[in-house]
Amino acid sequence: MLRYVVRRLVLLVPILIGLSILVFVFVRSLPGGPAIALLGERATQESVEAIERELGLDKPVHEQYLAYAGNLLSGDLGASIQTRRPVVDELKDRFPATIELGFAAMLFAILAGVPLGYVAAKRYQGFLDQSSLVLSLIGISFPIFFLALILKYVFAVKLGWLPSIGRLDVTRTLEHPTGFYTLDALIAGDFPAFMDAVRHLVLPAIALGTIPLAIVARITRAATLDVLSEDYVRTARAKGLAPSVVDRRHVMRNALLPVVTIVGLQTGLLLTGAILTERVFAWPGLGTMIINAISFRDYAVLQGGLVFFALIIVLVNLLVDVSYAFLNPRIRYR
Amino acid sequence: MPKPFRLLALALVLALTLVACGGDDGESEEEGGGDDAGAATATLTFATSADPVVLDGALVSDGESLRAIDQIFEGLVTLAPGGTEVVPNLATDWTTSEDGLDWTFNLRDDVTFHDGEAFNADAVCYNFDRWYNFEGSFQNPAATYYWQTVFGGFKKTDPDSGAPTESNFKSCTVDDEHTVTISLNNPSSSFLAAMALTNFTFGSPKALEEYDANEGRVNAEGIFRATGTYGTEHPIGTGPFMFEEWVRNDHLTMTRNPDYWGEEDATGNIQTLIFQPIPDNAARLQALETGEIQGYDLVEPQDMETISGNPDLQLLERPAFNVGYIGMNQAQKPLDDIEVRKAIAHAINRQEVVDAFYAGQGEVATQFMPPEVFGYADDVTTYDYDPDKAKQILEDAGYTLPVEIDFAYPTDVSRPYMPVPQDNFEAMVADLEECCFKVEKKSAIWSPDYLDNVDNGRYGLYLLGWTGDFGDPDNFVGTFFQTEQPAWGFDNKEIFDCLDAAETEVDQDARVAKYEECNRLIMDFLPGLPYVHTKPALAFNANVTGYQPSPVSLEPFSIVTVEGGA
Repeated sequence: MLRYVVRRLVLLVPILIGLSILVFVFVRSLPGGPAIALLGERATQESVEAIERELGLDKPVHEQYLAYAGNLLSGDLGASIQTRRPVVDELKDRFPATIELGFAAMLFAILAGVPLGYVAAKRYQGFLDQSSLVLSLIGISFPIFFLALILKYVFAVKLGWLPSIGRLDVTRTLEHPTGFYTLDALIAGDFPAFMDAVRHLVLPAIALGTIPLAIVARITRAATLDVLSEDYVRTARAKGLAPSVVDRRHVMRNALLPVVTIVGLQTGLLLTGAILTERVFAWPGLGTMIINAISFRDYAVLQGGLVFFALIIVLVNLLVDVSYAFLNPRIRYR
Repeated sequence: MPKPFRLLALALVLALTLVACGGDDGESEEEGGGDDAGAATATLTFATSADPVVLDGALVSDGESLRAIDQIFEGLVTLAPGGTEVVPNLATDWTTSEDGLDWTFNLRDDVTFHDGEAFNADAVCYNFDRWYNFEGSFQNPAATYYWQTVFGGFKKTDPDSGAPTESNFKSCTVDDEHTVTISLNNPSSSFLAAMALTNFTFGSPKALEEYDANEGRVNAEGIFRATGTYGTEHPIGTGPFMFEEWVRNDHLTMTRNPDYWGEEDATGNIQTLIFQPIPDNAARLQALETGEIQGYDLVEPQDMETISGNPDLQLLERPAFNVGYIGMNQAQKPLDDIEVRKAIAHAINRQEVVDAFYAGQGEVATQFMPPEVFGYADDVTTYDYDPDKAKQILEDAGYTLPVEIDFAYPTDVSRPYMPVPQDNFEAMVADLEECCFKVEKKSAIWSPDYLDNVDNGRYGLYLLGWTGDFGDPDNFVGTFFQTEQPAWGFDNKEIFDCLDAAETEVDQDARVAKYEECNRLIMDFLPGLPYVHTKPALAFNANVTGYQPSPVSLEPFSIVTVEGGA
């Protein structure tokens, strides 16, 4: 097991190198460059050339990459052209926001999706099953930003129940040792701040979690149906086990396996979705950062952000593979 | 449903209800509330479109940094609220030597920086010397854009920096504790107006030293970054608000300066001023509707009706300080022919474009600068909408109709002078084709492709515009037409000379007359067709009063009042 994990981690190195090259070339193949993005209407030929010389953008791409890779090895991801801050700092500031939101969205998707799918399977072809199918179809096909706008309009503007922007009431002072606001509030023992942070999480988490919710519900339903028709379930029932024990010990545990896979795979989708959701909710995370970086042709930030996203996705997939072993003792990694 | 799931579902519903309803009571007390007249107790949250870059006026040129710096820092002079008239600020009055080279300022003697240090002539020269002595990447045009625009180069200008090699700044001399003389190498009539720029506001010398304002590092990619904490954690000026806290990308909080020298004029009641970046326009409007923010800038034309129709909100207009124009690149045939340019001008119905797409916030432009700026000439040649005349002009000049031209517009951008470029473009193309042209349509993403194409002269006709930085005609027509530029593709010595003469003229009346003359020359030559000046709008809660929209966005919050409480 340990060997397997180590091997997978070692494999990460070539994957990351390949990725960084891909991203590097992709980012530079975007037309135009940062100098003009920076200067806007105020650009002159001389100032553009000066900035490009300054940034080393007048050198051939492979030379630029080698310089970049060299810095990367020493943990230097370069600096933002726009804010002039090291990309590492930008990532450090912003990733807790995105992770916190992603976690909340996934929590929402699982807490609502698994019971929904399970109930649908138990009431196979019944009213609950049919309506959950319709709901999840709507969930999957609804554009995130549109859902976000509607949620905000109803729950923030009209009803005034929940905040529409940001992570915390800006008039609140809170130390941020971890950057995860809910956690920071708990560390500070500030319960009102904690509730405030949670309230800020609700709408973006629902907006972001709806597609995963629908998928999780469908998969749970299908997996549960599969398991319910297995011989061992019939055997368990036949030998007189209480239905709740059968459900818990034999049905749920086995049905959860594909759900875990899908939760892992959804992480990638979640990160992409975060780009839109964050913007609409003025959520200061990686998604907002990447949109800014694209329009500013902020090469280093874009590279850093995309590679970081990729890294998260690869790591989560590894985690999923490893968690199989715990859920299904028959799976052994060598 | 099995028990654990049932419990879980119940808990989820409960939690959501709790969270949704729970916070309401806590919040209503905090909102907005100024109670007693005069006492500064109110909190105002203003939504910006982005976080500031750094709170050091010398190193920024973006509007959001300048907006924040304006509240914390002050310079020798400023502009009267809502206008472009230069008025005293930290200097009470000033004199100019006869040759226009030496400017002597008398300073206020009752001013201290937020850290308790005295503001005096030493502090002024400390700041000027700091700017003049910038080295290395501080000389990058993106880092010190405004110093370079106003003064040119530095003490030792690095020839590779892209900065002008000559500097018009000569020295700053301390005459006595409260008198200072700034000397220039050449007379510059725009010097005083430039001193009102936020970029030339003063930081506390002690803080600049202590927090390493001059420490910077250039990384391997050549990006300069101030490594000191001055501009991020300790920006210390003399202004009505003091820096409190900056949580990156989340909010910037400032509190009222209790020892402010201009307390009498700071008539507002804001105790805590918060700038919160909300990049998305729709999100800004919704946050205003929910009361999470009390105001925001850059209202989109399509939102104006929503705002003016809501009795709890109000819309404020900024005086026009921009121009939208169609550039005509004379390096591309047949635009080198004045007759073709005239025909284009007569073929386009500018009034219709302005009426249709500017939500009542636009006026038709007759020249390349707005009427608010001096030197605006009332009697320039105008080109009325007259397609028949356009046809006639082309036929008389021997062209077979339709004449082929290319015309470009930018996508993915909204500018104050063109909210939706494509709308303007389609209407103009329809006019041109209906009259006498065959248009090859082009477009590109605004930044950087489109701007790159324009600056390198790759388009014939193109949509563009400009928003001014300060109230001087040099900032408009000087920027466009004082030198030969690939975007315009012409070399007209008469216009270049006229603008050179106007820029260096020290006598104000003569200068006004000269710029009027230049404007007439320009509109006879018709290097492009200016078509609109707009009044950008801000939105506020109805209980916010005293905000003075300024053409150059120099807008103090110290005179703003939040009325009543929640």
